Amino acid sequence: MTESIQLIMNYIANYPFVRYALIVSVLIALCSSLLGVTLVLKRFSFIGDGLSHVAFGAMAVAAVLDLTDNMILVLPITILAAVLLLWTGQNAKIKGDAAIAMISVGALAVGYLLLNKFSKSANVSGDVCSTLFGSTSILTLKTGEVWLCVVLSILVIGAFIFFYNKIFAVTFDESFSKAVGTKTNIYNLIIAIIIAVIIVLAMNLVGSLLVSALIIFPALSSMRVFKSFLSVTISSALLSVVCALLGILISIGAGTPVGSTIVAVDIVAFAIFSLIGKLAGRA
Amino acid sequence: MAELECKDVTLGYEDRTLVEHLNFEVNTGDYLCIVGENGTGKSTLMRTILRLQKPLVGSIEYGDGLRPTEIGYLPQQTIVQKDFPASVREVVMSGCQTKAGRRPFYTKDEKKLAEVQMERLGIMKLSKHCYRELSGGQQQRVLLARALCATEKMLLLDEPVSGLDPKVTAEMYKLIQMLNEQGISIIMISHDISSAVKYASHILHIGDHVFFGTVQEYQTSSIGRRYLEEA
Repeated sequence: MTESIQLIMNYIANYPFVRYALIVSVLIALCSSLLGVTLVLKRFSFIGDGLSHVAFGAMAVAAVLDLTDNMILVLPITILAAVLLLWTGQNAKIKGDAAIAMISVGALAVGYLLLNKFSKSANVSGDVCSTLFGSTSILTLKTGEVWLCVVLSILVIGAFIFFYNKIFAVTFDESFSKAVGTKTNIYNLIIAIIIAVIIVLAMNLVGSLLVSALIIFPALSSMRVFKSFLSVTISSALLSVVCALLGILISIGAGTPVGSTIVAVDIVAFAIFSLIGKLAGRA
Repeated sequence: MAELECKDVTLGYEDRTLVEHLNFEVNTGDYLCIVGENGTGKSTLMRTILRLQKPLVGSIEYGDGLRPTEIGYLPQQTIVQKDFPASVREVVMSGCQTKAGRRPFYTKDEKKLAEVQMERLGIMKLSKHCYRELSGGQQQRVLLARALCATEKMLLLDEPVSGLDPKVTAEMYKLIQMLNEQGISIIMISHDISSAVKYASHILHIGDHVFFGTVQEYQTSSIGRRYLEEA
């Protein structure tokens, strides 16, 4: 135990990429937890999953095109998909979950097909695996990517705080908001864009298959215990950051994959919060 | 002109007409109950008044200083709200969203307004409680307080007593009557015809035959007599 801690401290002190990884994880974890409550309550939990598969498809296209910075392609495509899914969701011909399922598996299949056929990499399955489960990507970020993550995270947090009251109103009762003159379409659009940015960010941390976990677990855990929107939001943010940090430190110490370790910690936290909620409810 | 005037309106969806040639008006201080069987278009009418959907034909005009966004709406409970973590205060505050407009945060005045409305509806001591854990009657009071933060002119209530026990139902009707006496126009969708004729000033009956008039006129009309006997 002490040996592992020493090992971790050693890493943090000597390797800048470990410090970068820690900073970026904290920011990404913070962002990804913010809209969790909204997604869970609007019955959009799976949108994270769907969008991350779209992002995977876009990543594959970027890899095939040999782009040096794949964010240029991945971010706009994911935002576009989010807008299509969330914004037009109410009056689309194909309803919510079916549309998400279709787009997500479609993107996943095409992405893998492209990578398999056209990739110049020697280790295709390794690449695919790390995009899906984010095995080591958080530790291999370049300085440019670190800055991009930092800037996007700050934008997301800023936008969330700025639109906090409106996001609450639109999530709680969209009809009422619309009736009293709030432009709910615009706020739904803003929510969709923020979600897309969060997903592209979070893919770096846990990989595209595990993104949803990062978004919904902290929110679901906090909803077990806390009773106001503000306290749930704050609790989700803190919980998400703590779980991400713990997960990343454990993964360095124990040599486990980063993404799945973080999600495992999230699951444990969920169990603990559920228990607290049950006990508090009985008291 | 009247606060709200419905001119020769036809309601429905692309392939199905629900009700045709609907004419009625609501003046300041009126208490209008909309009655009729299920599926006759009561909720569609409500959504149209709130501009959540458009009438197939005709128009709804707003006047006498009432802007369309000044109609406070008390919706039926949605599934989302059943497990929404929100305090009473947060829900009531959200009634000020129109006043806040593009401004991201609520002002002191708006916070004060929310407190005044919670006081008015007797839910001040619940302000920190969780909305989803309240009783049905308390939840309705919270939503009323929210609607009152949005407007002091007109309230639109969609079956406000459904699912409430008789005692709470009576309290709810008293509360709505009190607000009406304070000058707020009321439009209410209701299944409860006996209370409708007891409290309302006007009745709009939608169905195979459409009736609009005062409660006295309704009670003496053939359609009103038939419907009241069945109830």
